[in-house]
Parts: sequence; structure tokens; C-alpha cells
Amino acid sequence: MIKVALNKQLNAPNGLMRLQVNFEIESGNFVTIYGKSGAGKTSILRMLAGLMMPEEGKIMVEEQTWLDTNKRINLSPQKRKVGFVFQDYALFPNMTVQENLTFALLPQQDKKIIKDLIEIIELGDLKNRKPTTLSGGQKQRLALARALVQRPSILMLDEPLSALDYEMRLKLQKYILQVHKEYGHTSILISHDIDEVINLSDKVLILENGQITHQGAPNLLLKHLRSDHLLELTGEVISIEKSQSVYTLKIKTDNSIHSFLIDEKTANTIKELDKIKLSLNFSKNR
Amino acid sequence: MTNWQPLLLTLQLAIITTFLLLLISIPLAYWLAYSNHKIKPIISTLVSMPLVLPPTVLGFYLLLAFSPSNVFGHWLNETFGLRLVFSFEGLVLGSIIYSLPFMVHPILSGFTNVPTSLIEASYVLGKSKKTTLFKVLLPNIKASIFTGMVLTFAHTIGEFGVVLMIGGNIPNKTKVASIAIYDEVESLNYAAAHTYSLILFAISFIILLSVYLINKRYFEQN
Repeated sequence: MIKVALNKQLNAPNGLMRLQVNFEIESGNFVTIYGKSGAGKTSILRMLAGLMMPEEGKIMVEEQTWLDTNKRINLSPQKRKVGFVFQDYALFPNMTVQENLTFALLPQQDKKIIKDLIEIIELGDLKNRKPTTLSGGQKQRLALARALVQRPSILMLDEPLSALDYEMRLKLQKYILQVHKEYGHTSILISHDIDEVINLSDKVLILENGQITHQGAPNLLLKHLRSDHLLELTGEVISIEKSQSVYTLKIKTDNSIHSFLIDEKTANTIKELDKIKLSLNFSKNR
Repeated sequence: MTNWQPLLLTLQLAIITTFLLLLISIPLAYWLAYSNHKIKPIISTLVSMPLVLPPTVLGFYLLLAFSPSNVFGHWLNETFGLRLVFSFEGLVLGSIIYSLPFMVHPILSGFTNVPTSLIEASYVLGKSKKTTLFKVLLPNIKASIFTGMVLTFAHTIGEFGVVLMIGGNIPNKTKVASIAIYDEVESLNYAAAHTYSLILFAISFIILLSVYLINKRYFEQN
């Protein structure tokens, strides 16, 4: 069991914000902290790892106190021995793939784990390459493997997949889940991607403006999000063409083009190059 | 017949200064990069002072401080048998102080350009500050360290004011090439002055060119 209570004033993008959270995590669970950017997700993870100091807080991991500001206890990051996957990967540029992994070994640790991990992440052919020559997905796999070398009891992942394309994300989700099951550690993932939360986690903490507003099973996330969060399309109007009595609207979004049939009234309210947002509402037929 | 002694002395001074300054500057730059101590602005300023101060000012105060008739100079002489005025050791110390920013600044900017997450990643992996410095930080700022070394070396070769004030003009002991040039010109011996000058010019050019080429290759690799 991991018990966490943290309190800290943060410099958020829109002014000062108080991060005040209190939560518990079952050992061996996969927990996601979900929230918009600037909600304080990364700060929670950094404070758990000992990279940031809260004004007030207490962190208990099993029977061990990692942090207790009242008793002036604060274990250094070195002593907490967590696995941490950084958002920017933080691979050591001066070391090869294999050297990045061996650097992570504990003194006297069996080197066999390096071989196993290289196999799991399928980077055997690239083990003598420097990180700068790897693709985003390969870098991410290496960062994941490096965080696992010491077989930490807690693995923290700070939005590890946000910089990757959809297919690569799915593939890496598979790796993350595979190692979670194989090694049995507690995983704490930061994410603002609903897919990720649903596919991976046992429990989700929803963070809004420094407060945990909901926590529970991942389907909770679906329940607490307004429906327009789920089916929403933002894009630019490319064309509006009239054919007989209806209008065909074409919208360009990030990666595709969509066409819709709209009525004249709607067509008159928009013009080409407008930025628009479409959300679908469902209502039951009576 | 050219007297090679001043040139050899210059090279000797530059090599010793560069080596000692490297040992001093790595911890100093590390402290400047990562400390939040209140006196940091003062130390930063002191390190940069030789950039703006006339070398003669520096040399003048070093001369006063190290003079055996002074308390500090007397103490040095009595305790360590060190006479820093008009001696090669004094030149080395003067050069170290005078070239300090040329070594510290490149290394400092190297340290500050290393992403914080690399240091944090090393700490989270249980590595000490020392291990992180030697295995992560220094290998990743090789180009900055090299730049600092070369600039220091070149700057020491070009030194004049400090050397003249603190070392004087003693052949084989403190008469370095830049002073020898001045000396030869004073005695209207232009041919010898030319020889020294051309050699210094060539050395400086080659050194700086190698910095640019090596840095260029380094950045292209990354």
C-alpha cells in the first residue's frame, strides 16, 4: 500500500495554484493520473520520486516513510529506488543502448536482466547504437527498459507516449502492460489520453486544478466526462457546397478530412476557413 | 640565431596553467551551475572580473600581495618557501587568475545546457552526485571542456600585462614570448620581434582553427 498526502503551491500556466492531494494505491496496481496539462500531474510524480519537495506532505510506501515534513524525513531520490520514465526520455547521449542499461545496474546486480530487457523491448540489433540515432518509439522503449533494470517496486511514467503517433502508442501500451504483469511492480502513469487510461489502468485519479475530483475504476472516467469530451471534432472549414436542397460541409482536422450534410440555416452561419468545433449529441428516440 | 627560450617558457606556462585551471574550474563551474547559495552572484562576478579589468591592475595587486615585504607574501615565503614575485610560480598563479573566466565560462555553459532530466534520471537510478558528474555530465560536455582548455591555452600565450607586472623580465625565468617581443622592439631589434610575433600568430591561428573545426564536427555528429 502506498499512502500519499501532498500540499504545495505551484506556478501553473494560469497563475498560482495549490496542489493538494490525498490518495492511496494498492501495491501491484496500475494507476493512472488523468488530467489536463497544468493540473499538477507531473508535480505529483516528481514529489513521489523525490525530485520535488512539497511544503507539507507525507508519503508512506508499505511500512517505510519516504517523506514526512512534520518529522523532517525526506528520502533522497537515490534512496527511493523507483523506476522513472521521463517525458523527454532522458537517455544518456554519451552511452549506447546497452550502456544506458548497464549504467542503471545496481552494484553486484546480475547482468542477465539487461539481456532479458533488451529482448523484451526488441532492441537487440540496435544495442550498440547511441540514443540520438533511435526513433521516438525506440527511445521510449529504451527509457522504459532502463527504468526497469533495478526491478523497482514502483514504476512511474510521465506521459511517456504523448510524443508518439497512434500506432506506436498502441504498441508501447502493450509493452508497458506486459512488463507490468511480468514484473509485478506498481505502475503510476500520467496521461491525458482516454484510450491509455482505459486500456492500461486498474484505477484512475482524475486531477483538476490541483485537486483529485474523482478516483476509482477507469470506466469512472467515462462517466465523469461530459459527452462532448468524447465525440468532438475541431477543424477548419475547407468548403461548403450546395447540392439540391442540402449543403455538404468539408472540415479538415489534424489528420483527416470529414464531410457532413448540413441544412441551409447552419450553412449560412459559417464560411470557408472558419475554425469550428463539432460535437455529437445523442438523444433517445421517443 | 633565435633564442627559443622565451617561446618554450610561454608553452610551459600555457600548458601548466591550462592543466591546473581545468582542475580548479570543473568544481567551480559545477558549483556555479547548480548551487543556489546567496554568495553565488559575488563569486560569478569575481570569476568574470579578469574579462574587464586591465591586466596591469590585476598584476599590480598580485605584486603587492605576494611581495615578501608584505604580510601575506612574507607568510608564503616563510611557510612554503614560495616566492611568487618575479618567479615562474608567480606567473602560473597570475595566469590562472587572469584566464579563469576563459575556462570557467565554457564549462559552466556546458553544464547549464545539459537537460535537468538527465541528472534526475541518474539520481533516480540511485547514482551519487559524484558518479553523475563523471559518468553523465562530463562526458556530455566534452566539447565545452575542450573549448575552455583551448581558450585558456591561447589566452595564456597572449598574456602580457599581468606577466610583466608580477614576473618582470628575467631571461629563462619569467621572460615569456610576448615580453620578449616588447623587449626586442624596445632595442629596435625588429627581426627577432618578427620571428616571435609570427610564431605566436601562427600558433594562435592554428589553435583557434582547430577549435572551430572540432566543435563543428562535434555538433554535426549530434
